[in-house]
Order: sequence, then C-alpha cells, then structure tokens
Amino acid sequence: MNKREYTIALAGNPNTGKSTLFNVLTGLRQHTGNWPGKTVVHAEGFFTYKNEEYRIIDLPGTYSLYSNSADEEVARDFIIFSKPDVTLVVLDATALERNLNLALQVLEMTDRVIICLNLMDEAKKKGIVIDIANLSKKLGVPVVPLAARNKEGIEELLETVARMVHGEINTTPLVVSYSRAIEEKIAKLLPLVKEVVGEEYPARWVALRLLDGDTSLLHALQHHPHHFLKEGATYACHCAKSV
Amino acid sequence: MRATVPNPFDELMEHAKRLADGDTREQIVASIFQTSRQICQETVTYTKQEKRYETEKLDRIFTSKIWGFPIMLAMLAVVIYITIAGANVPSSLLAEFFGWLEGYITLLFQQLHAPSWLHGILVLGLYRGTTWVVSVMLPPMAIFFPIFALLENYGYLPRVAFNMDRLFKKSGAHGKQSLTMAMGFGCNAAAIMSTRIIESPRERMLAILTNNFVPCNGRWPTLILLASLFMAAGYTGGWKTFATASVVVAMVVFGIIVTLTVSWILSKTALRGVPTHYTLELPPYRRPKIWDTIVRSTLDKSVYVLKRAVTVAAPAGVLTWVLANIHVGDTTVLAYSAQLLDPFARQLGLDGYILLAFILGLPANEIVVPILLMGYLSTGALIEVDGLQSLKQIFLDHGWTWLTALNMMLFSLLHYPCGTTLVNIYKETKSKKWTFLSFAIPTAIAIVVTFTTAHLVQWLGLL
Repeated sequence: MNKREYTIALAGNPNTGKSTLFNVLTGLRQHTGNWPGKTVVHAEGFFTYKNEEYRIIDLPGTYSLYSNSADEEVARDFIIFSKPDVTLVVLDATALERNLNLALQVLEMTDRVIICLNLMDEAKKKGIVIDIANLSKKLGVPVVPLAARNKEGIEELLETVARMVHGEINTTPLVVSYSRAIEEKIAKLLPLVKEVVGEEYPARWVALRLLDGDTSLLHALQHHPHHFLKEGATYACHCAKSV
Repeated sequence: MRATVPNPFDELMEHAKRLADGDTREQIVASIFQTSRQICQETVTYTKQEKRYETEKLDRIFTSKIWGFPIMLAMLAVVIYITIAGANVPSSLLAEFFGWLEGYITLLFQQLHAPSWLHGILVLGLYRGTTWVVSVMLPPMAIFFPIFALLENYGYLPRVAFNMDRLFKKSGAHGKQSLTMAMGFGCNAAAIMSTRIIESPRERMLAILTNNFVPCNGRWPTLILLASLFMAAGYTGGWKTFATASVVVAMVVFGIIVTLTVSWILSKTALRGVPTHYTLELPPYRRPKIWDTIVRSTLDKSVYVLKRAVTVAAPAGVLTWVLANIHVGDTTVLAYSAQLLDPFARQLGLDGYILLAFILGLPANEIVVPILLMGYLSTGALIEVDGLQSLKQIFLDHGWTWLTALNMMLFSLLHYPCGTTLVNIYKETKSKKWTFLSFAIPTAIAIVVTFTTAHLVQWLGLL
C-alpha cells in the first residue's frame, strides 16, 4: 500500500475559531484571538489519525471569496488550485446566517466540504438551537457540531474527515439559484468555460466569477497550469504579487 | 513557451464581458444572502430571546458616541496602571538577583584567573546586557500581554477599531487601518502583514507608512521605564504610578494623533484619493477562557519577545562592549562615535550615546535601553546596578533631566521602524522607494518633534 498524505483546508469567516480548531488538531500553538483578521498569513500543520497522515492549512479568515483583497484571493486560490482533499468550513453557530454566506460560496467551488459548526457551547448558552440533521440535508454535506476550545466534537470531525477522504461520503452540495437573468447567462457561458478551462475546475463557479468581471481568476487559471501549487508554498508569492 | 495565437482565455473573457452588466455582483450576493436566510429560518430556533441582543446592548455602551472614547482611554489607562504598579517590585527583585549572581560569576572568573577582557565580554557585555533586558522587560510584559489578550479575546478590540473608524475616514485613510494600528501595539512587523486586510493599495500604503507611530512590544518597556523614572518624580505611592500611567497614555494618544495627521497629509499629497467603503464586523462578546488566555499569552508572547530580545541583545551586548574597549588614540570607538553624534543629538534634547543606542538598536527596539546602559557604564567607573534607583542614578550622572527622558520617549515613539519591520515592508510593497519613505518619514518627524520640544522648553525657561 502506498501511503499518501491528505490535504485539508480550513476556511471560515474571521473570528469563528478556525485557529483554535487548527491548534487543537495539530497541537501547534498558533496565537488565537477574538479579532477578525488574526490569521493573515496561512499556517500549516500536520496530524495523524488512524495511522494516516494529514496536512492541514489554516486559510485566512474571510467573509467572501470574491477576491476583494489579498487574503480572499489566497483562500480562493488554495481551494481552487490546490484542490484539498477536504475543505472544512468553520461556522460560528451563534451567527449562523451571516456565516453561511461563505459556506455557500465554498460549496460552489468544491463538493468535498465538511461544515464545522463551531462555538456550539456559546450557542447553547445563548439559547440558540440548531437542527443539525436538517442543516446537513439542506446543504448536502456533513455538518459536525463543535466546541473547539473545549475540544468537543473533535473525534466525530476526524472520523467524518477520514470517511470523506476515503470516498465513503457522497455529497450533493446545495446549488444556489440565482435570478433568472443570471442563470440564463450562466447557461450561455457554461459550454465555453468547460471547453477552455477543462473539467478540472468547477465550471458553474468559474462562469459566475467571469460574469462578475473577476479577471484575476482568469489570469490565475491561465498562468498556473493544473499542477499549480501542489507543494503549497508558492501561493503566498502569488498573493503578494497581486497586491 | 506560450504561442501568441488568439488566446481562448481572452475570448472567454470577452464573451463574459459582453454578457455581464453593472450589478451582477449585487445580484449574486443578494441571492446568496437570501439562501442563507432561508436555511436559517428552517433550522435555527431561539429559546432565549433576552440573550439574543446582549452583544447589541453592550455595543450601545462601548461604541457609543459619547462614552466610546472615554471608555477606551480609561481602559488603556487602567491596563498601563496595572502594568506599572505590578512590574516595579518584580523588576527590582530580578535586577537585584542578577546583580547578586554577577558578583559570584565575577568571583568565579577571578578564581580561574580568566583574562580581564574575557570577563569584560562575557560578564560586563553579554551577561549584563541580557539580564538587563530580562529584568526590565519581563515583568511589564508578563502583566501587559495577558491583560491585552483578555481584552482581545473578550472582543473589545474590534470596538476600538469601530470607534476609531470615523477619525481614520476623516483623515482620508481606510477604517480598517485602526485594526492594523491596534495590531501594531503588539508588533509593528506583524501589523505590516496584517495590512493585507485592506483592499485598496493606496489605503494599504497609508496603513503601512504610519503603523510605526504606535509603540510595539519593544518600545512599551522603554516608555514605561522612562516615564516611571523621570516623569513622576514629584509624586509618591499610588499617585506616582498614576502620573506615570498618564504620561504613557499621553504618549500613545500622541502617537495616534501623529498617525492621523500623517495619514491626512499623505492622502492629500502623495497618496491622494477617497477612502473606500467597507464593512467591519463586530464579533460577539465572548467570555474568554481566563486561565488559558493568561497562561498562553504569558508563555507565548512574553517568551517570544524575550527570546527575540535576548538573541539580539546578546550579540549587541558583545558588540557594544567591544566598541567600548577598542581604543583609537586615547578614546574608545564607542565614545568617539558618541562624541561625533553628540552635537546633533544635543539639538534634539538627547545625547550622543542615546542616539548611538537608537542606531545600534535598529535590529530590535528591545535593545536600545540595554545598549545605552552599556554605553554609559563603559565610560566611567562601573556601578553595580541593582534596582531602579541605581538605574536612575546612572542616567542622572550622565546629565539627564526630565526633558532628556521626554525626548527619548518621543524619539522612541516616532523614529524609524525596526529592521524586521522594514524587511516586512519591503516584502509587502516590493518597492524600495516606499520602504525608504517608511524609514524617512518617521525619522524626520522624530527629529522635528524632539528638536521642537527641546528648544521650546529651553526657550520657555522651563528647565
């Protein structure tokens, strides 16, 4: 058996406990704080679960992935080009509605997503009850409740990650439906997108980004062939360049 | 190699451009928001209505137009008060302990008949330099960082940014600059990286160029030390600490005023433009895990800063000692350099040794005071330094007044960023010009301000 290392990306809004979860998983001591924008540069760590190696990348916390700023671009490029085996989207259970916006965007980019509903302890204190099963059904991906700072739910998360990397979980990510005008444009653009960028990238999402006038994405697609950044370190340079 | 045949990517882009209209982004975002709302309506229930708006209620106080600023200043004052009040005793104890230990080390050297230059380098240079850093810096850091981290984890700092936002907007800068500025209170080098959260290059540059005007880890101890030695001389007990804290708070406020002024001037001249809109999220207040936070911030941050200080201070200590003991003619290299700088430094209300310490301290602000002390100590008879009073005596012996201390504090607050920060600025801007400016602007301001202060005080006959 050849052993391979699985890559996990950690995405989420700022200040949802991403870094806390990262520290719990890797045993590293990255500084965390109740402070949006703490993780501007990515952090990388490793852990082993059931004799398998995982590499985990803590992406900058962002509210969207529309490449408004350097950190959003870093997060976006990593998910698109490095194609992590699993992307964990960390959501603040006490502010689910606001946090879901990012999750929906990630679901447009990849189907290998696990939603980490963090800060469940806070939510409980505030009397917020979330129907996890229903949420998971609606989003079409696993949802794992967590209280990362108390190390609650970590075992279930690791188990879900392991099952996902082994292809034991089928996901059917929610497809956000847009206004009719936009849907028509997507339909028009889709064949051409597939032809030009190939099947490797999520065509619907690429089409949306193009309609949004996102030129930086197309440049990235053009100049970085498919093997782009499997090794990880170079995407930081790409980001610095585009600033 | 890429051929230059009509590019399918360009074609695709063209095609998309023809289809797109102005408000595509709004439509996309609206649909996403609507989907999120719908999902939440079907999956989330609130059982405690009264808890739902707790954060909003607190925000009404902390970000209130009337109370926002007074609360901020009061918080800062309290944090610094606690730091100063708490750090005094352990600082003296540590200094005494190291002084006591030094006696034995010296004895050991004598027993071994070690040459005096070796004793000089290792004990008077290396040992004294590093123990000074430890005893002067460790206690305030071990108090300041945990309190700061508690406020940070509670969620107060983003409110500071929110309060400051209006001021930054008015000065033509980005509101998020208040966040990167707050980050600068920890470390300017890290704050430079954090300016990545600012989208517009113009406003990002403003944030980079002005970040240095808030004191970082390396400069807090200098400010606190000098304030407590010289600024509160007329007071005793609790009032003394209070006066010291007020001076430090005033320094911070002054630094912020300079930040805003420089931002304003630059946004009217070299970096002209209109501030862009943005949304600043105010995270919910969360009760921090108190012990976790205290232990982690003490261990992580204090040890990190200390390690950095010691690794830089140790070689700097050796270098300073060497410079102080290599003779050119009848004077040492150190004394010669200090004399060379002296006339200029006097104009700034400083002296040659202080300026030299700032220059040699370029790699890290943490080592400016230790270098200065080593410089002073190398000139005359070596004094046993134990406790803060003898420290003050060293300064007084070299002609210090409260004005010297004030000017050194101002210079420390305003002068060029440390080496690490400059390297980061270059990495982030990829521009030699802007890196140079981020060195030159603060330095010029530091010179002008200290010059003015020194001459104004003399002219008014206050001294």
